[in-house]
Amino acid sequence: MHSAQTQRLTRHALIYLVLIAGAAVMIMPFLWMISTSFKDMGEVRAWPPTWLPQHLDLSNYHDIWQQYPMLLFLWNGFVIASLTTLGTLISCSLAGFALAQLNFPGRSLLFLVVLSTLLLPYQVRMVPIFIEMSKLGWIDSFKPLIVPAFFGSAYGIFLMRQFFLGIPKELKEAAILDGATPFGVFWNIFLPLSKPALTALGIVAFVTSWNDLLAPMIFISTFEKMPIALALSFFKGQGEALWPWLMAASVISMLPLVVAYLAAQRWFIEGMTFTGLKQ
Amino acid sequence: MRSVPQSVVEPASAQPEARRASDAVIAQPRRLMTYRAKEAAWAYLFLTPFFIGLVAFIVGPVVAAFAISFTSWDLLSPPVWIGLDNYREMAADSLFWTALGNTVYFTAVSVPLGLILALGLATLMNNKLPGIDLLRAIYFFPVTASIVAVSLLWAWMYTPNFGIINYMLSQVGLPAPSWLVDPKTAMPSIIIMSVWRGLGFNIVVFLAGLQSIPRDLHEAAQLDGAGEWNRFRKITLPLLTPTIFFATVMGLITSFQVFEQTYIMTQGGPGNATLTIVYDIFQNGFTFLRMGYASAMSFVLFAILFVITVIQVRLQTRWVHYA
Repeated sequence: MHSAQTQRLTRHALIYLVLIAGAAVMIMPFLWMISTSFKDMGEVRAWPPTWLPQHLDLSNYHDIWQQYPMLLFLWNGFVIASLTTLGTLISCSLAGFALAQLNFPGRSLLFLVVLSTLLLPYQVRMVPIFIEMSKLGWIDSFKPLIVPAFFGSAYGIFLMRQFFLGIPKELKEAAILDGATPFGVFWNIFLPLSKPALTALGIVAFVTSWNDLLAPMIFISTFEKMPIALALSFFKGQGEALWPWLMAASVISMLPLVVAYLAAQRWFIEGMTFTGLKQ
Repeated sequence: MRSVPQSVVEPASAQPEARRASDAVIAQPRRLMTYRAKEAAWAYLFLTPFFIGLVAFIVGPVVAAFAISFTSWDLLSPPVWIGLDNYREMAADSLFWTALGNTVYFTAVSVPLGLILALGLATLMNNKLPGIDLLRAIYFFPVTASIVAVSLLWAWMYTPNFGIINYMLSQVGLPAPSWLVDPKTAMPSIIIMSVWRGLGFNIVVFLAGLQSIPRDLHEAAQLDGAGEWNRFRKITLPLLTPTIFFATVMGLITSFQVFEQTYIMTQGGPGNATLTIVYDIFQNGFTFLRMGYASAMSFVLFAILFVITVIQVRLQTRWVHYA
């Protein structure tokens, strides 16, 4: 064999070795989560630990389902995340379309405003927003978590604007000359073309809302109204943690998104890193 | 969400396009005028939700936070104006300084560590090898995972007595730290877990940056006899600086807001070793109902982030190369 070829093969083998070792570090904790979720406390305290559960026992899942309204928590999370996603898609596609395709005074300035709001962390605004929501009587309801999404997010507007910029303006002009209104152009031409961007943004909005802890912590206090992420944060409790049981609850909380990720990982990755890729 | 664009340039096409549309209707200048006005009106209509949101949930609250920071307010009785007292109290509040110090510690270690690891792994992935898409999806998975679930998982893995991490360390003859239980190792534990969770995000960002570097540059350098390391240093790294800049700005902003991990895994302990600024704000605002003090703290957080971002934007001219 030529030495150059041998060198190439060794190089590739080394690259795979490093990358696969890294991938194992990324994925093994999740396998450990699943493995633990089938064990009982006795097996969890065993030393050396068992890699695989001694028997495939579903009783942790069964117990959680019996003790807590898990389906309700999942449903709450689903309702909040779905409506948040809907609101984000509507408000951000409208604003993004205006910023990309319509001419109006103050457009560049407004775009700068959108960009600068990206830098304002939620934590800086959360005290006044909490006060605002309590004045509206919305505390301990889903509204504080959902309603703001219908008024746009800087990230979503930016994403949609960048996407709409990529669509030739001739499409809009031709339709306008045929007598269409800007809303008609948006609804009939641009929205059907923007399915990839809407999918990416929708996934980001859903995942962010589903996994969010801070905002639900502030606004929701009744156990029956909690989305799954918040409910899960209450399960640990004081004293010795019931790890198998907690891991089973964690698996349940992650399952819907895992299924979605397996089906559409490309969209997750593109949506969640969008602004890094396109300028 | 997470996102700061590296450079956003207004499209040069916007104006000429409008003019082209106007050429078609040049014979009817009056119709053109009304169309332009109409289009602007539509644009403002499209933007109405955003305008409302801007006032109600962004600019309004920031202004309000500033005003509230000069009051003492428990929400039950009316706010009382106390001038700069909250800021004075903060300056003397050792807990605040601990929280600030911890947050800086977390940021100063986790951001560079995460960036270097991601850069290395992304460089390896940038070789056109089969199966890279699968690896990329595996590395990205923790980014999408629930932070609460992942925090519980790591708390379990870090358990000193039965934890899998200490078991593996003992297998290779390494000492077993107490991880989250020991004030010295608690923050490093949080950092390791956070780097693990965010790694995939930076990998994908770097991978996109790497893929935009023309291959012929590397090939030309290779013909000139440049070794792999030299090509990485002299070609890849300079051309990747805009991406590194973006990832750094984003990393600093998000890591200054670290909260969930410490809330779930350590409740800020042991001995406040993992108390962060956002945790401190949360506790003052929503546990002790000290809205004025919490607002003052959140404004300091905002000021810190603002200054850091401005400094970075200023410094970027020295090291970021835009092609």
